[in-house]
Amino acid sequence: MSSEAESGGLTEYIQHHLTHNTVQFGSTPFWSINVDSMLVGILVGGLTLLWFWSKARKATSGVPSKGQAFIELVLTFVDGQVKDVFHGDRRFIAPLALTIFLWVFMMNAMDLLPLDLIGGALNITGHDPHHTFFRSVPTADLNTTFGMSLTVFFLVLFYSVKSKGFGGFTLELFTAPFHASGTFGKLVLAVPNFFLNLVEYLSKPVSLAMRLFGNMYAGELVFMLIAGLPWYLAWLGGAPWAIFHILIIGLQAFIFMVLTVVYISMAHEHH
Amino acid sequence: MEQQAYALVQAYTAIGIGLIIGLGAIGACIGIGIMGSKFLESAARQPELVPMLQGRMFLLAGLIDAAFLIGVALAMFFGIANPLLSILKTIGAH
Repeated sequence: MSSEAESGGLTEYIQHHLTHNTVQFGSTPFWSINVDSMLVGILVGGLTLLWFWSKARKATSGVPSKGQAFIELVLTFVDGQVKDVFHGDRRFIAPLALTIFLWVFMMNAMDLLPLDLIGGALNITGHDPHHTFFRSVPTADLNTTFGMSLTVFFLVLFYSVKSKGFGGFTLELFTAPFHASGTFGKLVLAVPNFFLNLVEYLSKPVSLAMRLFGNMYAGELVFMLIAGLPWYLAWLGGAPWAIFHILIIGLQAFIFMVLTVVYISMAHEHH
Repeated sequence: MEQQAYALVQAYTAIGIGLIIGLGAIGACIGIGIMGSKFLESAARQPELVPMLQGRMFLLAGLIDAAFLIGVALAMFFGIANPLLSILKTIGAH
């Protein structure tokens, strides 16, 4: 199907579309910001906030308008999920869950934009499309997903300390799954307890971030591979994958939100 | 000589990619199959619980697919921009 130049072209196309628009302000890769992820993330979050704020301003307790009814639907959905899992004061957790759900959903939804849209727009304004890189899905960037999951991790730690006290939290790190009755037994079991707790606590942010990243990155990559097919096959492959990806977008946002609430509620329970 | 080294690295990477995606797919599909069959069974037993169970089912489907998709993302990364190969190229360039 593909000649030498064409497969080289597809690989180059994919590699071009997988490069971030980065700004370095230091020598190591740590000191670099992916400008495209930050820009799209902030823009999308700001638009969602604006939308909800404008509806909240005009909210009426009479017969709601369609926009208000939709927002009430979303809110009841998220609040129902939080109420199912978290048995405590929901006044912070429910807005947190709503923010996570909406922001991740909107950032994921950027994946439905055509790949070359931004490049084409930049081409019109005079930039060279072969040397400008722009990835429009912030959640397909490990930095974004790890940023969110580390924030959730710190919240989990905060709620743990808040409900058990700092001393109680450290004690539970060493005595948690395996309980012993003598001092010697406690000391012996402290080490495996600590390792188990460490793995449990560290696996939460890592799995949250990698799950979202893996889903979005693989989705983008398959879109790029489908774009490499000849035009009469691209429709055949692209339509089912896009439909499937619409499901994945909502599902991953929902999973991130539910797992956040579940982790925080697990940290909040005290004996 | 260098060409042979590059070809070897690429060949083994390709085998690795196939294994990652294939084995991950086996695990994910069997998991979804078991979960789906249990869901259908309990839906037949208690149809009034279907909405609640359906929500949980989608949540579980996302969790089951997680490791597989992480594997796919990593495998694609090795397929497109192989770090094992680029190290060879930077060493060979000196």
